[in-house]
Amino acid sequence: MAIDPTDVPRFAHGSRIPGWDESADLEKSPLEVPDPATTHVPDDLRAEIEAHVAKYPPDHSRSATIPALWAIQRRYGWCTPEGIEQAACVLRLTPAELSAVATFYDMLDTSPTERNRVYVCTNISCSLRGADELLETFREHAEGEPDVHVRGFECLGACDIAPMASVNGTYVGPLDADDVPTLLRQLRDGEEPLPEKQLARRPSADPKAREPQS
Amino acid sequence: MTDHLLFSNIDEPGLRTIDVYERRGGYGSLRKALATPREELIETLKGSGLRGRGGAGFPMGLKASFLPKGDMQKYVVVNADESEPGTFKDRELMQKNPHQLIEGIVIAAYAVDATISFIYIRGEYVHQADVLEAAIAEAYERGYLGENVLGSGFTLSLAVHRGAGAYICGEETGLLDSLEGKRGNPRLKPPFPANQGLFQGPTLINNVETLSTLPHIVELGSERYAEIGVQNSAGTKLISVSGQVRNPGNFEIELGMSSREIIFGLAGGTFEGREIKLWFPGGSSSPVLTKDDLDLPYDFDTMAKAGTMLGSGAIIVVDDSTSVVDVALKVATFYAHESCGKCTPCREGTSWTRKMLTRVKDGSATPMDLDIMASVQERIIGNCLCVLGDAMAMPIGSMIAKFRGEFEDHIERVRAEQERAILAGVSG
Repeated sequence: MAIDPTDVPRFAHGSRIPGWDESADLEKSPLEVPDPATTHVPDDLRAEIEAHVAKYPPDHSRSATIPALWAIQRRYGWCTPEGIEQAACVLRLTPAELSAVATFYDMLDTSPTERNRVYVCTNISCSLRGADELLETFREHAEGEPDVHVRGFECLGACDIAPMASVNGTYVGPLDADDVPTLLRQLRDGEEPLPEKQLARRPSADPKAREPQS
Repeated sequence: MTDHLLFSNIDEPGLRTIDVYERRGGYGSLRKALATPREELIETLKGSGLRGRGGAGFPMGLKASFLPKGDMQKYVVVNADESEPGTFKDRELMQKNPHQLIEGIVIAAYAVDATISFIYIRGEYVHQADVLEAAIAEAYERGYLGENVLGSGFTLSLAVHRGAGAYICGEETGLLDSLEGKRGNPRLKPPFPANQGLFQGPTLINNVETLSTLPHIVELGSERYAEIGVQNSAGTKLISVSGQVRNPGNFEIELGMSSREIIFGLAGGTFEGREIKLWFPGGSSSPVLTKDDLDLPYDFDTMAKAGTMLGSGAIIVVDDSTSVVDVALKVATFYAHESCGKCTPCREGTSWTRKMLTRVKDGSATPMDLDIMASVQERIIGNCLCVLGDAMAMPIGSMIAKFRGEFEDHIERVRAEQERAILAGVSG
């Protein structure tokens, strides 16, 4: 799990305080912009979010909401209540505004999630080529893997390599059942996922597109 | 006439770097465009007959001409949220030839006098977004972006905005809300984005493929570009073919090519011994066609006449080994998941259609359910702020209309099997 169990807020008797796995801290009002004097934001996180804010016109810093949530997720593993509060503090928004956005988008996790994310596309083109079975195989093999989150996902836009998966953002396919254990081992060992099946290295399917220009 | 513009030698090593792109004559069209008066450039775009490649097929030049003239802040937003199931053409374009897109963006922004632009790319396309960011940095360095582009006095900023996984953000007003840092809910139209778009300013929104075509239109001139393709469907189009075919992938075609030639010629046709049952001509949102429609020319007007649409140019082929019930359920499940929930007909309609199809699949439906389901589809269409609900209603409605017998047979068969199982249990 991405969340450090020793780092979860607990009562004196040891139980976890309810809400530890929610994207919003239920104890605090979500309607107040966090006070910079009392909200600690790590310097590098603040710098990262402010760099995103600079991409948008002045007075439109709210546009940096999704980039800020990405930064939170990269840093803490998921959109934690503390992270959302920190981002809200930098963006001068309320935590409610940020968690409303975080819960809307599929790739932003609002509960503790394993760090290695494997999205298996199960939409129409992939399922016509066996994606549902592939997802099942993934789920079976990933059972007991400590840091792998397997999830069926809507169309990932790679129907040409169906059935496929996005492994921490890297597209691989076409996959068969034998690739699953290999891939999980590579994740465990911190290796690149299936280099020979990566989409980024695949030539165009259009024969004429491969011809040199006349 | 060439039928390869966008994809011309797209696998050339290093094409994504500015050196190779410039060596191939890249950014030459931009120089030409910047030396042309804006009105003339918009006339060129209009005259080319280029229609939007994102799905709606709206004439691009006309859309650009809708933006008001004047000093107000205007924006260009590139829709790179390619999320229509079956579509993957923009992914290959951005990944392999990012500068072609950037050149198109600068030309479009100059034409409508916009000084701020964004590429909204779906969060799943991590690699493509990285490629674009590197290419944008190169373009800034060489003076194709930033202040005083190539000494013309024209200024343009361009940044990549990564989404985080939501189909609805491919809808232009949902995309704008998302880009403003909100949930991607569509807006009431009118006002259209051309008048009130990003940050309430006039905004030109176009698809990646549409904008990537602009350098070629400027290079060829509107007349020569309009000669490619057929009437009302000018130019070349990237087609994504997927599903049960031997050679799935992206192909650049001249519009008006026969659909059979695309599916069997380019994509290699169906697997051994199988026949086409149905195919989606324009992504999973388009009403389905059958094997009887394979000889139709693939262009905007013919597809509209056949009761469907060219959409994003994504052909999904389903062969006779697959049950139409499974296809319908997959489609309905997707739209039920992706409905943003703002409009009742879409939120409830997609979710109930999925539930009814689940009943059909497990045999607990009656043929009357098919009628109810068909009427639900009719009531979604045209009753929402955006077309997400329609995008489910149209294919599901067409599947029920064209394959009603198969739905009924499926219900009958599953029910008979269940009865046999029960009887066997009783007697055994």
